Amino acid sequence: MTGYFIDAFIYLCAAVIAVPLAKRFGLGSVLGYLVAGVVIGPIVGSENTNSLQHFAEFGVVMMLFLVGLELEPKKLWEMRNRLMGLGGLQIGLTTAIITAGGLFFDLGWTVALTIGLIFALSSTAIVLQTFNEKNLTKTEGGNNAFSVLLSQDIAVIPMLALLPLLALPELVAQAQHATAQAAEHHEELSLVAGLPGWAYAGVLLLAIGFVGVGGHYLSRPLFRYVASSGLREIFVATSLMLVIGIAALMSLVGLSPALGAFLAGVVLANSEFRHELESNIEPFKGLLLGLFFITVGAGIDFAILGENLLVVIALTLAVMFIKALVLYVLALIFKIKNSDRWLFTLSLAQAGEFGFVLLSFTVQNNILPGDIAKILLLVVALSMFLTPALFIFFDKVILPKFEQTENQREADEITHQGSVIIAGVGRFGQMVNRFLRANKIETVVLDSQVSQVDNLKKINVQSYYGDATQPDLLHTAGISKAAMLVIAIDNKEAAIELTKYVKHTYPKVKIFARAFDRGHHFELKHAGADFIVSETYHSALELGKEALISMGVHPYKAEQKKTTLRRLELSYKDSLFDLWRNNTEDSKYSIHFRELFIELENAIAKAMKSENVDEQAKVERGWTPPPKNYLDDFKD
Amino acid sequence: MSVVRNKILILFAHPSLERSEVNKPLFNASLRHQDVTAIDLYREYPTFDIDIEVEQQRLLDHDVIIFMFPLFWYSTPAILKQWQDLVLEYGFAYGANGTALTDKVFFCVTTAGGAEAAYQQDGYNHFTLRELLHPIEQTANLTHMKYLPPFALFSSRNAAEQGRITEHVDQFISLLTACAEQRLDIQHAATLPLLNHALTSAHTPLTGE
Repeated sequence: MTGYFIDAFIYLCAAVIAVPLAKRFGLGSVLGYLVAGVVIGPIVGSENTNSLQHFAEFGVVMMLFLVGLELEPKKLWEMRNRLMGLGGLQIGLTTAIITAGGLFFDLGWTVALTIGLIFALSSTAIVLQTFNEKNLTKTEGGNNAFSVLLSQDIAVIPMLALLPLLALPELVAQAQHATAQAAEHHEELSLVAGLPGWAYAGVLLLAIGFVGVGGHYLSRPLFRYVASSGLREIFVATSLMLVIGIAALMSLVGLSPALGAFLAGVVLANSEFRHELESNIEPFKGLLLGLFFITVGAGIDFAILGENLLVVIALTLAVMFIKALVLYVLALIFKIKNSDRWLFTLSLAQAGEFGFVLLSFTVQNNILPGDIAKILLLVVALSMFLTPALFIFFDKVILPKFEQTENQREADEITHQGSVIIAGVGRFGQMVNRFLRANKIETVVLDSQVSQVDNLKKINVQSYYGDATQPDLLHTAGISKAAMLVIAIDNKEAAIELTKYVKHTYPKVKIFARAFDRGHHFELKHAGADFIVSETYHSALELGKEALISMGVHPYKAEQKKTTLRRLELSYKDSLFDLWRNNTEDSKYSIHFRELFIELENAIAKAMKSENVDEQAKVERGWTPPPKNYLDDFKD
Repeated sequence: MSVVRNKILILFAHPSLERSEVNKPLFNASLRHQDVTAIDLYREYPTFDIDIEVEQQRLLDHDVIIFMFPLFWYSTPAILKQWQDLVLEYGFAYGANGTALTDKVFFCVTTAGGAEAAYQQDGYNHFTLRELLHPIEQTANLTHMKYLPPFALFSSRNAAEQGRITEHVDQFISLLTACAEQRLDIQHAATLPLLNHALTSAHTPLTGE
């Protein structure tokens, strides 16, 4: 037990020191974990590292579950051309060229092909993280790079399924010999051992079908049942149970747990519990994936690196050059222009974290000899280390060159509209959502009442269950990239707290809030909300105006009266707010405040009553005719 | 070279800016001019609720006043008429003590769908552009401003296709600079049918010494 504590402490300690440092130097968190691993590798020893790595690989399963969650089947279908064309060609061409290179150096075709597949993949973790940090996600280059990364993520699944077919007979024999003794101690649990082929296929189909159908029909009642209990930690437990259960089922029938998790993710992508699931799994995935990268770093064998330094460097540069070349050619074919072409080319020219996964997977399955894998591991790691340099090259050299020519064009009017998060979708939030959606503005709708989410579903409005005041739910709903948060939740205090939190953590996000009354209005304003509207104000004014009309006032005059009242309210609002703010906490509505409020009431009454043209003119002066005798002015 | 530069106010009115091909680049270029305050009226007053106080102060703060708009039914879009009805008050712009605008320079910048040939006595519009804008000209006279003829682009619906916009915008920007540096010969310009060639015609010194 003590040993576990010490190991865990060393791992966490290394991560805590290295990752923030790496981020500060603009290298991204993945490199931070790798470096941390390199540093602690000699301390914890390779045996520990190996057993930990098996455990940490569960982070990859979770990552694929989350990738699946992000992929609504519909969105996937819309992207099919980019995915198959751009992504498929990238994987195909890169694999082909590297395989050919492997054959040239007299490697067996299965080994060469495996290496080709491993290097065809790029690093989703590094690239997407960097795009986010540099605001490149919405550029054309960024979009195309994302499609390629996505096709690679999907391609991993058939690779995991098919690579075992490439196993080398002599390695298998060795492994069998080695495990023969161990097998007596413990036998892998399996449902399918000893089944005939047709029965095995049947069980596989049943298992996959169960994930699909169960994910679609059983998960919803389960989540609703758990959510209605209102216990957050039980919801977290349910999310974990789901992912672990699927992984277990897939292992039992001899399939890749990652594949199962991905499938389950896609099935749940349309669920209203999606964001809640994401925010529950995300921290576990982050930690386990971090741990995985650390174990990779710790697994780097410096003896091998020292012996093969030149080979590793040469191989890394060759791989990056080949990848960049393929990408550049594809960018030409798919008409990606100017700086976007270079962004696309440079951003994806590294090997990725799935390379690590595939490497350890292929060694386990006797596809690659261990000594080659160790060198390849170094190549993958080194190419990831070099990626930040490529981004710096893009920023400093490529971009300035294109900025000049691009600026000479007519200024671009298409500004990207970030999405809007709507917290609370009762009567008020629903109306806002409908209006924004009708105007093609992307919204993410959150509500903490399952019944409300259900009601909306009945009328085809997509919304998500979750408490918007939870920071991690806001995060998975995309607050860091959102342009605006609309707060329309019923809890007055929570609305103020939420405003404070978001304004403090994401100062760029605009907050539009619904207030209940004047006091709430001021508190929201004090908390930093950008625009506040009292929920009854405009409807009350509208009803008042209609009442005036019905009492015989000319409709246009009534409209002007309404405008005047609004303007007067507006002109007093700031001074009322200042008074409110300066007063002490316990007596917000002091004598001064009341006096000013009465003054406002009087001003309104005066403006409305006044029949005298000159007096009225001060507040309601539009279309005042010249005086009766004004023609005298023109007599010279 | 005059040390004091004229301050220019552009009151811009276009109710469907997203469809604009000429006025938008014209307005955007003006926004970047150092001597210009350019106001998008439809943006500032989407409900036509024009703030008279603010608008009168803007007039007082500037020396050259410009209406910029696409020609709608031989006149301005509605909000510019609303602006006139509300802002040019008795006692401010006209009448016994209404001298706030005295000696300010005023002109229109407009775009017309019809060809220049149509805006002639024998064309299908029967009047020149300057004649059609007589109500505005007289408004300027009554408010004691110095009226100049309109700066106009004709056949504006195919200006983009024919690549005439850049030149037009450049010409306008030089006109703005000339106004700011007081290089424009106001008396001569006032007699022209259009302001477009005021800078290149003989009476105006090209380098403002």
